[in-house]
Amino acid sequence: IAVATGAWADPSENDLVINGDLEITTHAEAPAYIEGLSEIYSGWRFREVDTQATQMDDFDNPAFLAVDAAQEAWDTVDGDAGKSCASCHGDAMESMAGVRATYPKWNADAEEVRTLAMQINACRTDNMEAAEYGYTSNDMTGMEALISVASRGMPVNVAIDGPVQSTWEQGKEMYYTRYGQLELSCANCHEDNYGNYIRADHLSQGQINGFPVYRLKNTKLNQVQDRFKGCIRDTRAETFKPGSPEFVALELYVASRGNGLDVEAPSVRN
Amino acid sequence: MRLTTLTLAMTLAAGTAFANPVVPGDVTYTEYGAVEASLSGAAGDAAEGAKVVSTRSMGNCVACHQVSALDAAFQGNVGPSLDGVGDRWNEAELRGIVADAKMTYEGTMMPSFYKTTGYIRPGDAYTGKAAKGELEPLLSAQQIEDVVAFLMTLKTQ
Ligand code: HEC
Ligand code: HEC
Ligand code: HEC
Repeated sequence: IAVATGAWADPSENDLVINGDLEITTHAEAPAYIEGLSEIYSGWRFREVDTQATQMDDFDNPAFLAVDAAQEAWDTVDGDAGKSCASCHGDAMESMAGVRATYPKWNADAEEVRTLAMQINACRTDNMEAAEYGYTSNDMTGMEALISVASRGMPVNVAIDGPVQSTWEQGKEMYYTRYGQLELSCANCHEDNYGNYIRADHLSQGQINGFPVYRLKNTKLNQVQDRFKGCIRDTRAETFKPGSPEFVALELYVASRGNGLDVEAPSVRN
Repeated sequence: MRLTTLTLAMTLAAGTAFANPVVPGDVTYTEYGAVEASLSGAAGDAAEGAKVVSTRSMGNCVACHQVSALDAAFQGNVGPSLDGVGDRWNEAELRGIVADAKMTYEGTMMPSFYKTTGYIRPGDAYTGKAAKGELEPLLSAQQIEDVVAFLMTLKTQ
C-alpha cells in the first residue's frame, strides 16, 4: 500500500543535450509554491531511450518539418494590412528569444492573461488583419514551435502573482479537482504517481516545458490544451475547450509548476 | 423448518442470474466499508471476473494493479499487487472495496465502480462530451460479484 501513495519517481538519469551542444535542464528543485513536489522533471526523462534520442538532434526530430513550414509562414505576407510576422518582428530567432519561457502572461493593454497561441492570434487579427489560426491547428502548433525554438535552453519563468494571481489560483484548483466518473485529478496521476505505470504508460509529471510536443502516436505536433483535453477525457469527464478561460487558467498554473526547467519545445514523446 | 426455508431461498437466489440487483444508491456499507450481501442476489463467476479485471473496456483493474494469475499485458503499479488479496480480505470487504473503495480508504485514487452520483463534470463514457441522462455504474451488480469471486481465488496460503 505504501507503493500506492508514495511517489516512486524513477525518471531516467540521462542528460538532454541537443545537436551535441545545447544543454537542457530537465531536472530542478520544485518551486516553493508547489507543495506536492520537491523536485521537478521534464517529461523527456520518462520516455524510452530511443524516443529520447529522437529529440537530441534536430535532423531526427520530426517536429522540425513543421518548424520549417512555420518559418515560411513567418516570412509570408498575409491579411489586409499587407504584413508578415517578419515585417514587424524581423528574425524570429532574435526577436522571439525568451518569449516562450514567460507565457502565459498578463497583457496590460487587453487586460487579460494570454497564452502564446492567443498572442499569435492577436497579432494575426489586430496587426495583420488576417484570419485567426484554429487554436489547436497545425498552423498554430507550427508557429508555437518556431517561437519556442528561440527560447530553447532558457528556463521557464512564468509569473504567478500580480494581475495573474486569481487566474493562477483558478488553475491550481482545477489541478486538484477530481473530474469525471473515474474521479481523477491531474495531481492523482502526475503528482502522486509520476514514475509509476498506469497500464503501459509511464507517468511523467505532466510538465509543459516541451510543448508543442511531437507525438509518435499521432505523428504530429500537439497543442498543450489538446493534451489537457485528452487527459480530462480519459477520466470519463466532460472536457473543456482548447482556448477556453478554464484551460488558459490551467495552462498558466501547469506552466508555473515547471518554472526552473528549460524550454525544450518542440519535444518528442510517444 | 427455518433453516430449510433459508437454504431454499439461497439456492433460488444463486440460481437466478439477475435476481433484483441492489441499485447503487441503496448499497449498505459497514463502518469499515464492507458490503455483506451479494449486490445482484446471485453468486459470482470467477472466470467472468478475471475477464472484467483484465479487459480495458470493463474493469481494467490491471491498469493500476499487478495480478500474477492473469496474463494481461502491461499491468500497472499505481495500486498494490492483488496477489494474495483473498487472504487479506474476506468476501464482504472485497465487495465493499470494488463497489466503492472510498468507503474503505478515504480519498483513495481507486475509482468507485458501483456508484452513479456525486461526480464533477461526468462525461458520456470516453467521448469528452457531457453525460446524457442518468449515469450507469462503471460495472454492473453481477460484474462486481464476478470480480469479487475472482479476487477470492487470489490466495497464496
Ligand atoms: C504590424 C506589426 C505586427 C505584425 C505583423 C505581427 N506582430 Fe507580433 N507583435 C507586434 C507588437 C506591437 C507586439 C507587442 C510588442 C510588445 O510590447 O511585446 C507583438 C508581440 C508579439 C508576441 C509577444 C512578444 C512578447 O514578448 O510577449 C508574439 C509571440 C508575436 N507578436 C508573434 C507574432 C507572429 C507569430 C506574427 C505573425 C503571424 C506577428 N507577431 C505579427 C506587432 C506585430
Ligand atoms: C488517469 C491518469 C491521468 C490523469 C488524471 C491526467 N493525466 Fe496527463 N497524462 C497521463 C498519461 C498516461 C500521460 C502520458 C505519459 C506522461 O507523459 O505522463 C499524460 C501526459 C500528460 C502531459 C504530457 C507531458 C509530456 O511531457 O509530453 C501533460 C502536459 C499532462 N498529461 C497534463 C495533465 C493535466 C493538466 C491533467 C489534469 C487536467 C492530467 N494530465 C490528468 C495520465 C493522466
Ligand atoms: C486508478 C487506479 C485503480 C484502479 C483502476 C483500480 N484500483 Fe484497486 N486500488 C488502487 C489503489 C491506489 C489502492 C490502494 C488503496 C489506497 O491506499 O488508496 C487499491 C486497492 C485495491 C484493493 C485492496 C488491495 C490490498 O492489497 O489490500 C483491491 C482488492 C482492489 N484495489 C481491487 C481493484 C479491482 C478489482 C479493480 C477493478 C475493478 C481496481 N482495484 C481498480 C487503485 C486502483
